[in-house]
Amino acid sequence: MEILAYILISTGLIFFLGTTIGLLRFPDFYSRMHAASKGDTLSTVLILLGCICLVSTQGGMNWLLGLKILLIINFIFIGSPTATHAMMDAGNKAGAEPWKKDSE
Amino acid sequence: MNSFVTTAGVALKPVELFVTTAGVALIGLMLLVLVRAVKGPTVIDRLVAINVIGTKSIVLLLFAGILFEQLEMFVDIALGYGLLNFIVSIAASRYYQHRRCLEPAHTAKGGQPS
Repeated sequence: MEILAYILISTGLIFFLGTTIGLLRFPDFYSRMHAASKGDTLSTVLILLGCICLVSTQGGMNWLLGLKILLIINFIFIGSPTATHAMMDAGNKAGAEPWKKDSE
Repeated sequence: MNSFVTTAGVALKPVELFVTTAGVALIGLMLLVLVRAVKGPTVIDRLVAINVIGTKSIVLLLFAGILFEQLEMFVDIALGYGLLNFIVSIAASRYYQHRRCLEPAHTAKGGQPS
């Protein structure tokens, strides 16, 4: 069970590394938001699943803790794309220019 | 059980060692995201970076709960922090949607937002 937790947390960290590189290197507001939204949601869900696997190896009232972490996962999975969509709509209405190939 | 002894003399179990390493890596990547939040050309870029940092600090709170062995307290704090982060993102994006300008220097020059 701990091996599964290590694998899940490491995969989440790798996805978050991709998010960071995309957020620093992409040329446009829309593409930066694309990298930030997807990688952030997926890596958070993976790391929290790894935390559930870590908690379930310890004793005590761990089913309630696992249930609460599942609640956080559910909330992030609904809330993070919604917040991203709201921010993208704000940027679109405020007139952010999409990146073209010849405009550097 | 084999344990890892740090240079400060603290004995760490393998789970604690892994969680500490993952937390330090997470903090380093969050600092790189903070670079985008500081130098982002538009306001919306800063909003995206702050949203990413807020989501990752939920994970960091859970790591702290595992390390301190008080997860039943930290998981409630993480849940409240996630709700607060979501509301902050929605409210700030609505504000800039009604303001309709992306550059912060535009209103400082005295131009009215249309």
